[in-house]
Amino acid sequence: MTRPQQVDIAQIRARYPDVFDRPASARLATPAMIVAALAILAYGLVDLDFSPSRFFAGLSQLGWISLMMIPPDPGSSLPVYLKALGETLSIALLGTTLAAVFALPISLLAARNVVPSNILRFPVRRLLDSIRGIDTLIWALVWINVVGLGPFAGVLAIAVSDFGAFGKLFSEAIEGADQKQVEGIRASGGSALHEIRFGLLPQVLPVIAGQVLYFIESNTRSATIIGIVGAGGIGLQLAEQIRVLEWQKVSFLILMILVAVAAIDFISGKLRFAIIGRRAVA
Amino acid sequence: MTTAVSILPEQQLAALNAAYRQAVSRRRLRLLLGAAVFAAALVLAAIGAEVNLHTLFTYFGNFVSYFDRILTLDSGQRVWTDVGEWFWGWRKWLKMLGETLLISYVGTLIGATFAFALNFFAAENTSPAPWLRFVVRRLLEFARTVPGIVFALVFVIAFGLGPMAGVLAIAIHSTGALGKLFSEIVENADMKPVEGIRSTGASWLSCMRFAVVPQVTAGYASYALLRFEINVREASVMGFVGAGGIGQELVVAIRKFYYSDVSAILLTIVVTVFIIDITTGWLRGRLFGEEART
Repeated sequence: MTRPQQVDIAQIRARYPDVFDRPASARLATPAMIVAALAILAYGLVDLDFSPSRFFAGLSQLGWISLMMIPPDPGSSLPVYLKALGETLSIALLGTTLAAVFALPISLLAARNVVPSNILRFPVRRLLDSIRGIDTLIWALVWINVVGLGPFAGVLAIAVSDFGAFGKLFSEAIEGADQKQVEGIRASGGSALHEIRFGLLPQVLPVIAGQVLYFIESNTRSATIIGIVGAGGIGLQLAEQIRVLEWQKVSFLILMILVAVAAIDFISGKLRFAIIGRRAVA
Repeated sequence: MTTAVSILPEQQLAALNAAYRQAVSRRRLRLLLGAAVFAAALVLAAIGAEVNLHTLFTYFGNFVSYFDRILTLDSGQRVWTDVGEWFWGWRKWLKMLGETLLISYVGTLIGATFAFALNFFAAENTSPAPWLRFVVRRLLEFARTVPGIVFALVFVIAFGLGPMAGVLAIAIHSTGALGKLFSEIVENADMKPVEGIRSTGASWLSCMRFAVVPQVTAGYASYALLRFEINVREASVMGFVGAGGIGQELVVAIRKFYYSDVSAILLTIVVTVFIIDITTGWLRGRLFGEEART
């Protein structure tokens, strides 16, 4: 092995100036970004009252809480929890269905190939965007003000926030549909309603069904959360037990939620395969 | 060329027609059965969720008038006629909004760091031992299935009220979500560089550092930015359970019926979420090209 000569390096340097002599801005970009990110992190840690003593005190507290959680034990309130779990599943199912039913006609208005006029489509889209911008928990708080505490407020909260999401997803599905069928029906003398019923719906319904099932699945998770602000379901029980420090019940409730979510995942995965086929899901 | 339409003999036609009708009626029956099961489930759910249509119809007016009220100032005028009065608390709200953004930033960064440290153990092709992969995967699964706000509830008790609990809750949830996404990127990485480096006698750590990391950093950064976007939304409600941020102000305003404040804070949150969405979308497009945007 021969060591590279000094001359060679000089030659290589001359030949590839953009590798050896990168401009300072390019060389400094990455370190500068890292320093900036760390500076914001440090500022954030100070501003948000992070202190090592508080952190470790909290950590030991957390360890103690985890010890208290073992073994998970529902005590004598298992029937109450099962009922609450049923309530959560009901909230997810009803809320999603309600949202889908109301979103379907609106999504037709937001789809470019159904409503070509921008004047009508633009406000509908912005409305859907704003509804989606507000978290489900906030909708739950608003509905609690309107219909009172309880699972019904949860149903309405999920329905409203999903309405925004479905409106967008459905209209995208409709825009992605093949126009040939629609044109065929128009050519044979069908009205606008016929075009939608026989040209569009058969194409988009399987897609929509898949999305609705997926949302029922993810809403099971959301429905556990909205109970925390008082909108019924298992989240209400969970928040209550955390507040009264019944840690064994808390861990049992968390396990219940995990099992329920896994079960719903499994069932709706199977159903989605059955409806739209394996290929479209993956 | 003329094509002759062949008319089938009567009995053959009848058999075909019968088969067709049977197939269609079987499909219709299945659809009807599915619809019936679904309707039954809905009725059951309606009973379970204490749905009361009477309540809805009585109170639906309230829903509409609620929005009417949150858009009205105390003086009875529409909010947009006096923006100064509407956003009277803008200094405080902007400060809380800044806190919300900081919570999501710090939470995302801590979460991404942990996810980075753990994901190599969770990926099929780089994990040093099957049992380690199993343990790390279950850990990540747990962190991502338990909702962030549940972690926040527990942490508020352990670490005390304040943004620290929110940051840690977001960090844990992000670790779970990003750990899974990161490990999927690693599983799609090209293994030839790893073999090349291992053939020089390098350790597992050097293999990861010099063969895998250079391939995956762009994907990591893209997912982390996306996560930041999601975490801003999540941090905006962390205040509901006392874990800091603008949610605290919002929940007070809603519970105490400070109507015009509700609309002002909601508008602030929605606009911020919009801006963050657009900025991170632009940044991801800029850094990683068009294809990384989706």
